[in-house]
Parts: sequence; structure tokens; C-alpha cells
Amino acid sequence: MTTEPSNSLLQGQVSTTVETEEPPAKTLERGYIGQPILRREDKRLVQGLGTFFDDVRRHGMGYVHFVRSPYAHARILSIDVTKALELDGVYGTLTGDEVAIHTDPFFEMSVEPGGLIKDYALAVGRVRHMGEPVAAVCAATRELARDAADLVEVEYEPLPVLVDAVESLKDETVLHDEAGSNVVWSGVFDWGDVDQALAEADHVVKIERLHFHRFSSTPLECAGALVEYDKGTSEWTLHCNHQMPGVGAIWMAPALRTGIDKLRFVTQDIGGGFGNKVCLHPQYVVLCLMARKLGRPVQWTEWRTDQHTANAHGNERTFFDVEVAVLADGTMTGFKVRALDDCGAFPRYEPLGCIIWAQVAPGMYSWRNIRVDFTQVCTNKSPVSPNRGYSRMQHLWLTERIIDIVASELGLDPVEVRKKNYVKAEQMPYKTPNGCVYDSGDYAAALDIALDLIDSGSIEERRKEAAERGKLLGFGIGSTLDSGTNNFGQSTLLNPDLQFSGNNEAASVKLDIFGEVVVTLGTVPQGQGHETTAAQVVADILGCPPEQVNVRRGHDTWFNSHAGFSGTYASQFAFTGLGAVKGAAELVREDMVQLAAAVLQAPVEAIELADGFARIKDGPEEAALPFMALGAIVNANNAFLPPDFNPTLNHRYVCRPYFGMVDTEKKTGQLTLTYAIQIHAAVVEVDPETGVVEIVDYAAVDDCGVRINPMIVEGQVHGATTHAIGAALSEEFVYDEEGTLLTANFYDYHVPHALDMPPLKTGAMESPSPVAPLGAKGMGEGGGGGIHCIGAAIQDALKAAGNAIVYDSCNPPHRVWSMLQDPESTRANVSVESK
Amino acid sequence: MNAPTTSRTIAFAINGESVELEVEARRLLVHAIRDDLGLTGTHIGCDTGNCGACTVHLDGEPVKSCMLLAVQADGARIATVEGLAAEGELTPLQKAFNEHHALQCGYCTPGMLMSAAALLERNPTPTEDDVRYALQGNICRCTGYVNIVEAVVAVGGGENKA
Repeated sequence: MTTEPSNSLLQGQVSTTVETEEPPAKTLERGYIGQPILRREDKRLVQGLGTFFDDVRRHGMGYVHFVRSPYAHARILSIDVTKALELDGVYGTLTGDEVAIHTDPFFEMSVEPGGLIKDYALAVGRVRHMGEPVAAVCAATRELARDAADLVEVEYEPLPVLVDAVESLKDETVLHDEAGSNVVWSGVFDWGDVDQALAEADHVVKIERLHFHRFSSTPLECAGALVEYDKGTSEWTLHCNHQMPGVGAIWMAPALRTGIDKLRFVTQDIGGGFGNKVCLHPQYVVLCLMARKLGRPVQWTEWRTDQHTANAHGNERTFFDVEVAVLADGTMTGFKVRALDDCGAFPRYEPLGCIIWAQVAPGMYSWRNIRVDFTQVCTNKSPVSPNRGYSRMQHLWLTERIIDIVASELGLDPVEVRKKNYVKAEQMPYKTPNGCVYDSGDYAAALDIALDLIDSGSIEERRKEAAERGKLLGFGIGSTLDSGTNNFGQSTLLNPDLQFSGNNEAASVKLDIFGEVVVTLGTVPQGQGHETTAAQVVADILGCPPEQVNVRRGHDTWFNSHAGFSGTYASQFAFTGLGAVKGAAELVREDMVQLAAAVLQAPVEAIELADGFARIKDGPEEAALPFMALGAIVNANNAFLPPDFNPTLNHRYVCRPYFGMVDTEKKTGQLTLTYAIQIHAAVVEVDPETGVVEIVDYAAVDDCGVRINPMIVEGQVHGATTHAIGAALSEEFVYDEEGTLLTANFYDYHVPHALDMPPLKTGAMESPSPVAPLGAKGMGEGGGGGIHCIGAAIQDALKAAGNAIVYDSCNPPHRVWSMLQDPESTRANVSVESK
Repeated sequence: MNAPTTSRTIAFAINGESVELEVEARRLLVHAIRDDLGLTGTHIGCDTGNCGACTVHLDGEPVKSCMLLAVQADGARIATVEGLAAEGELTPLQKAFNEHHALQCGYCTPGMLMSAAALLERNPTPTEDDVRYALQGNICRCTGYVNIVEAVVAVGGGENKA
């Protein structure tokens, strides 16, 4: 591995770095931090030597296949597994009835009515979405398990189906009888005085309905696990790809009626997560029960179609009755909206999505008066789970749609109106109306970089040129906050009885006997390069090259290097994950310095760690101990150390960010700690004949504070942007009226391929976070900006062809074509009242 | 009721080694490679032939091994990702993937490498467009393809455009 910036890395890409003048408050002196060091993970992965869960084998293991419901909503009249069990090579089966006997329903986070929902690992008595598992079969081979699953006879009685959240709200059909309503959670968030703002406004812009569609990041590796049960100790080991094991165990252990330490999660390499591997507890509980019942290791690998039909969709959200208060000069002072969120058949991670958006309640804008009347309902669709940009993306799309619709209807310039209303650099740190603190950043400057990258000055010229070719050219901006490091206390804004608050992550660092530095993470990386970046941080603290730092792959409960919220999610590794690494490394450093001072008989202040040695600053050459000597003394040759001096060279540190408490009455508080930003800008060409949208120019500018590894940051920007481009133009989980998913695999659910991608230009700023241990903000989820800017660009393009208003977050050709055919119906969605 | 019992003994060369296997007639080639031979570098990302994570070379041509039955490989010459650096030294293509940050989770990477290696075999100096066409059957959900395309173009000595 090279430790020099690679000569090829940043060439050929537009990379603009604008350093802010303020020095980072608490950052380390940069050495390896800040360099685009090549990833150490790659060596195994490019040789096919990674170990993913599906690569794990055990003697005598059985393969599990789920029997899934073909109906979106039905009563289960009977399940007969007799024929499946008669098949040679079938080890056993599990049904919902057994699950109901051997487990308790999963813990629900909502107050009533959602809190009354009973969610089991397999359907009990009723199925509520297509693809819901009703039974599981375990057999000697994958093929045999599938054969056997076909032999399980299930008798269903179909029930009325709800695929529309508005219909669901009527409660004419109720999905969960025990809850008595399809509403999971509802509440009003009211900050400032929006009524007064609307009364005092010069213009009130009204939007009847906006729809954020259902899609997900669909990681290439599907979900799964190999689960072993130890009958002697009653312990399960899950070789798996769960991306949030700390919380997974909180769900699973009570359901399985066992202690949390009886569940050992082991991850190695994970083939992408994007939030979609947070809610795997139902399937994993089935595997645990099956492994215990059969007394053998059991393995399940989800099929692609099953992932699409029944694992993790992003939250679908419809916004109604938006009213925006605008002053004559274009200043926006507030808005109100009614939000209806569709979480599918079970809440699972919900209703957290009903509050997570509030981390970015005002978006990037300085309006002080906001009212959101939020309701979440169940429908007969796949359950949702966190998905890259979780819940904030939906809300930020709303704020960006508001900006562009207001600009369109009042004849304002989308760039100028943004700059006028953005939170200003001089206002940082900025407290939002709901008590969150935007820690740093210069949004207008980031926008300028994006505008330069796409040469916004030439737009009108390019528009004319495109028109000559019969194309409609449009330009749009998407401003995105990538909020990171959750305060789990925000859950108490939904349910004051919940016993969650704060956040934590752990890491361990030790200096081993031969001088090798060993780092154990609590995080669960899925491609984010944690092994590489953790080594960079430790190398800087201990004064050694990163090559001397071994960062263990993956997560293992038995490492005892995790905390209650361990995982990789919600843009927080740079804060909590590396904060823990830094803390543990500093403790080891302290031991090393004290030990060297004792051995070299020098004062502690005289010792420096550098180049893999502990030595006396400016001392003679021989007054230096290699790390190996320190490691050997403590671990193997310690008789001479005095009894009251006990350096261990082995420390675990928990990074516990400080948030303070939230106010459950006012629904305010510091809901998250860092605010990375991404500003996206797109130029598109629309074919008026077909509605096909082509992106002809694209830029994304990221500011995540100190970039530990700019190469990895840029990779995250590329990836998040691609997810957004897919979501904006093609990726949509479409259901028919019977609740059948029509886009159940990569044939019908089109994700971007190499040929679909426009050239991406990237730029970067660094506004160090004053609150993060390394000045680095979590990042990686800011890609929603692509959905915002592409929608805005399409609306701009359609201006010359009837001036349609973009009302949906997904705009495949048929939808754009409809807008071209009937712009008036989209225009009827908006109105302006001016005084 | 019995499981299908039709099985056959097949023989092929994989990464230069001759193997003989008894497989069920319906066994997919990818499952034979992964489960029977333990070469788990070849991955499965879909059930439908769309994602390309399972790409291997069959008699020198890139194929999706989930779209073939193992018995169809009888007598063939197969190469998988494990065979690329068989001598212990990473190939220029593998090195380029590392140097250009062309992978994140690494799950699509074996398929990408095998598709790209086949391209470079028939066209040692591909342009960006050539690379994008050659990789259109391989899905990556992490990188947006930007750095993958750059890496492959760089191996051929071509210039990447901004």
C-alpha cells in the first residue's frame, strides 16, 4: 500500500478544494489523515478472497428457503408441511404457529395504535404483503429446499388490499386488528408561528400534493446468514450481514426469550448495505429457531426477487396542502404541510422515520416558522427500513420542491432565491427552529462551486442549441444536508416511554507483543473503507506508518468492542466510529509514553512517538524504543516493572457524543450532531416526443468537514449520486391494485448501468466540524441531492412546453411524457395568493 | 415424491486445474463453482442474469455463470477471479482497481474484473465508451462506475476524460 497520494487518483476529475479559514477546533495535526491513501481492503477483494456471509460453510449445514405469500392480504386458513417433510433430504420446517409459541412479538417503538401491532418472524394467521414469509423449509441443498417449499400447502382466504396510504387512512379495512387502525403514529410539529408568517406574507404559494416514491438502494449482495446453535450454552452465532447488530440484538433477544449476550453477531465483508440491512431481525429469528429445532447449522441466502418483494423499501411519503409564506423580496419565512408516510405492512424500524426528518426540518434555509402534521400508516406493501438518506431525503426533497415551485410561480431565479434563503456562513453554528445545530458550512459558496463546474453561465446558450436539435434543456439545483450522528433520544419525541437517548460506538486498540498495532472496530462496514481510514487515524496518533496498524475485518460480538448502538448507519463513522478509534489509540499512546519514560528514565514530556519508535525528543539515537520493545515488555518481559505501574497497552474506548436532553413537549432538541452538505447541479435534455430525460452535465459538491480520506469521500459522493439518479429517473417499486409488486427484480427495477451514467464532476470544501473529534462529519447519504436537482432540471426544461410542475420524485419517460401532454393538470396543483 | 436424481459426472479445467464433479443436472454453474469447488470469489447478486457478479470466462468468453447449468461446462476451460493473480502478483487490472478506488464493498468486483479482463483481451486499448459497453451487463451499486471505467481505460493506456 502506498502512503503517498496516488498520482492517478485525482487526475482526470474536477476536484476543487476550498479550505475555510477557520482552523479545525479539535483536529489532529494532519499526517496520514487527509491523504487519499489506497484502500487495504482491496487486496483481498480484487482477488475474490473477501469473505461474505454466503461464503461461510459448516459441516452438516442445511439450506433454508422461505414459503412466501402470493397474496398482498389474506387470512391463512391452513398450512400443511407433510409433503415437504416426506422429501428425501429435507431436514425440517417451521411455521408461523411454532413461531407464535416459541417467540414473543418484536418490540414496537410507537405509542398506540402502532405500538399495539404484533409483528412475528413469520406470518401468524394472516399475511399482509406479497412475499411475506409464512413458513420456512430446511434441506440438504439449496435446490432441495426450494423444491420442498413448493410442496408446502397453504390455504389462503384473500382479504381487501390497501396499496394507497390515503385509502389506508380511512380504516375501512384494518391490517392489524390488535391496533384497531392503520395509523402507526401521528403528531403535529409546530415551531415558530406559521399562521402569523402566512398572514404577514406578501405571497402565499400553495401546493396541493407532492409524492415521494418508493424505492431502495438494493445492495448487490442480498441479505442472509449462517446460524449455529450451541445446545450446551444456549448460544447462537450468526455469520451474517446485519449492518446494525447492536440494535438487531435488542430486537431479537427478547423475542427469542434469551439474554442479549446469547446472540453473537459476526460479520466479515458485506456487499453493500445502504440501510437495507438494518431490519433483518425477523428472518434471523427464523434461522435461530430452525438451527435450535434441527440441531444443525442453517443457512439462508435471500433471492433477489425476495429482497425486492419483502425486505427493505424506502419510505414512501405524500405531502398535502403545502402553504409557503414568501415576502416580496423572495425571502421565505415559513411553510406548513401535512405529511402522510407509508411504511408498508409492519413498522419494524418505524415510526422513527416520523421524527428523523426533523433533523433537517428547515432544510438548508433560514425560515423560522414550520408546521408539519405527520401521520404514518400501514399498507399491504413491503415493510420499509432505513434507506440511504433515510427520512431526511424525503423531507429535503419537499423543501427543494418548495423552493423551485415558489421560484417558478413568482418568477424568481432558483439560484438567487436559494442564496437569499440559505443559512449563511456567518450564522454558523446555526440553531434551527427545532433546536438542532448546524455546525459549520458555507452553503452559498458550495453552490457557487457547483455552478462553476457545470458552467451555469452558458445555460441559456446551451438551451438554444438544444432547442435547435428539438430538445428541451433544463437546469436544476439540489441542496442536501447529510445529517450524521443520531441522537436516539429523538425517539422519545415519538414515544416518551422509550428508554433510548444519546449514541455510542466502541473501538479497541492494542499494541501486541511483536509491536503490531491491532484495532478492533465496533462498526460494521459494507464498503466504506473503515479498515483504511481507521489505520490512518491510529497511525497519526501513535506515530507509525499505517502499514503497522492491523485493523480487523468486520464485527464480532465476542471482540467485546461494540456498544449498544454499534453499526454502520446514519452517517456517523467519521464521528463516533473514528472518535472511538481515536480515544482508544490515545489511551494506548499514553501507556506507551509512560512506559518509554520509565525505561529510558526520562520525563514523560520528553518522550515522542514517531516513525514506529518511542524516543527522547532530540535525544541520542540509542534513546529510542521500537514499538516491538514496548509490546514485548508489557506482554512478555515485565518482571522489572514496579507493582504500582501497570500499563496494559490494550484499551477499549466508547465514543459517547454529547447531545443534552430533548424537549418532548415542544419536540425540540439536538437531534443529530454534524451536518455535512452536498450541493448537486444537473443539466438535462428532455426529448419532447418520448419524455426521455438525458443528463448532459452533472456536478456534486460535498462539504463533510475534514476529509480523513478524500478518495473515499469522493467515492461515496459518486455512489450516492448514482442512487439518486436511479431513483430520479427509473427506480420505483410499483404495485398493482392487488398489491402485486411489478418491479420485483433487476429486469423491471432498472438501476443505473455503466451506460446510463453521465460524467460526474465533483468538488469539495472543508468546513471542519467544531463538535466532531476529528473535525470530520459523517457523510455518504447526501445523494438525495440528485433527486432534487434532476426534478428541478426537468421542471426547468418543461417550462418551454407548457410549464408543467414536477410533482413526483421519480420521473421516468412515461411520467415526463404525461406532463408534456397535460401540463395543466400539474399546474392545477399549485396556486399563488398575493397581497 | 422424490428429489430429482438425474445427475452427471462432468470434467472441466478451472484456473488451469482439471476437476471432475458429479452434479445434479439442474445445478447452476455458479453453484458448482462456489459450493462444490469452494471458489467463492464468484458472486451471486440476482436471480435473473442482470447483475453480472457471477461473470467467469468460459473458453475465453465472459459468461454469467448463473445463466448456465454446470453440465453445460463439461469439457470447457473456465477462469474465475481467483485465477487472475494465480502467480501471487496482482494483474495490472487488479492494481488499477485499487489505485482508482474502483471498488467499495467489492461484491460486484470479481464480475467487473472478469468482464473487463475479457474486454482488454480483445481490445487492449479501450476507450471510455468501449469500457461502458463492455461493462453494461455488470451492476455496481456502490461506485457509480466512474472509477471502474477510469481504471479499465487506464490499464489500456487510454486517457480518461474529466
